Amino acid sequence: MPETPAHLSVSLWRGGQEGRYETYAVPRRESQTVLDVVTYVQRHIDPTLSYRFACRVGMCGSCAMTVNGRPRWTCRTHVAKVAGGGRLEIGPLENLPLIKDLATDMAPFFEKWQQAKGVFAPSATRGDAMARIKPDSPARKAANAAIECINCGVCYSACDTVRWNAEYLGPAALNRAWTLVNDERDSGNGARLQAVAASGGCHSCHSHQSCQEHCPLALNPTASIAGLKRRATAAYLKGELKS
Amino acid sequence: MNVRLYVWQRATAALMVPLVLIHLAVIFYATRQQMTAADILSRTHGSIAWASYYALFVAAVSIHASIGVRNVLAEWTPLGNRHAGQFAITFGIVLALLGAHAIFALVVA
Repeated sequence: MPETPAHLSVSLWRGGQEGRYETYAVPRRESQTVLDVVTYVQRHIDPTLSYRFACRVGMCGSCAMTVNGRPRWTCRTHVAKVAGGGRLEIGPLENLPLIKDLATDMAPFFEKWQQAKGVFAPSATRGDAMARIKPDSPARKAANAAIECINCGVCYSACDTVRWNAEYLGPAALNRAWTLVNDERDSGNGARLQAVAASGGCHSCHSHQSCQEHCPLALNPTASIAGLKRRATAAYLKGELKS
Repeated sequence: MNVRLYVWQRATAALMVPLVLIHLAVIFYATRQQMTAADILSRTHGSIAWASYYALFVAAVSIHASIGVRNVLAEWTPLGNRHAGQFAITFGIVLALLGAHAIFALVVA
């Protein structure tokens, strides 16, 4: 078994868009995560380091960063898995405006959720009986396959189409729209299909599958987007959408 | 890319599958038979079938390629959607005119 070095060489992005990488020596620990490394730098070396995290257990989706060139959830990424030669280069997520250091502005990401009509539109009131949904129905299975998204932005950061096309809604927003398209209780599919069929919607996806490759929860937004393409195209051909 | 452009691009792609195969078969046949240009033109002159076949082909190519060019320009150049669309329409018209000229030479001239 190779000897573990006592310290990691960690390069962190510092500053805004015109910043640079600065290198720090961080003690190597057993079962250390990339988030542990960043936190060590802030608490023991430079308290002005800005980054974002909350739950530390892979539920909140706050701590995604670019680690050695790949977008990852840092709280669940072990250093042993990614620090080849004891080196780490950690930068902010790509395709999002940079606030400072490792913190990006997630506003465009969530604004596109709104544009994709990613909000549940109830078809019943609290006075109605609870909807009975068959767990094994095709629609519910399709929704379940995509429902566990934690909004970390890793797919958005990894997506070539987002990089090239500023109006593209992105994998997470479209994946969310797909779960609602398949939700039998939702009543907003007319507006939702109209939104995702517009310029910058699901038909802009090139199916490169970077979202699927990088998703920390192993979801497949490309498949969700393909479903949206089929559903929106069918609606268009039936004359249900304005082009 | 919106759903309208998507449908047109996919539909013309589907249409071109058999057209390309027939076109390749014709090329293969003509070369295997060692046909000269005069031989080919003697068969295509005045043919409504060949004129219709290649007119359909040219129309499909012009629509399909111009939508693709629009997408490439919109994503990979500083041109916005509007200017990329204008360029693509011009490009499609040029392709259609070149194709129409070729069909005219094949069937009429």
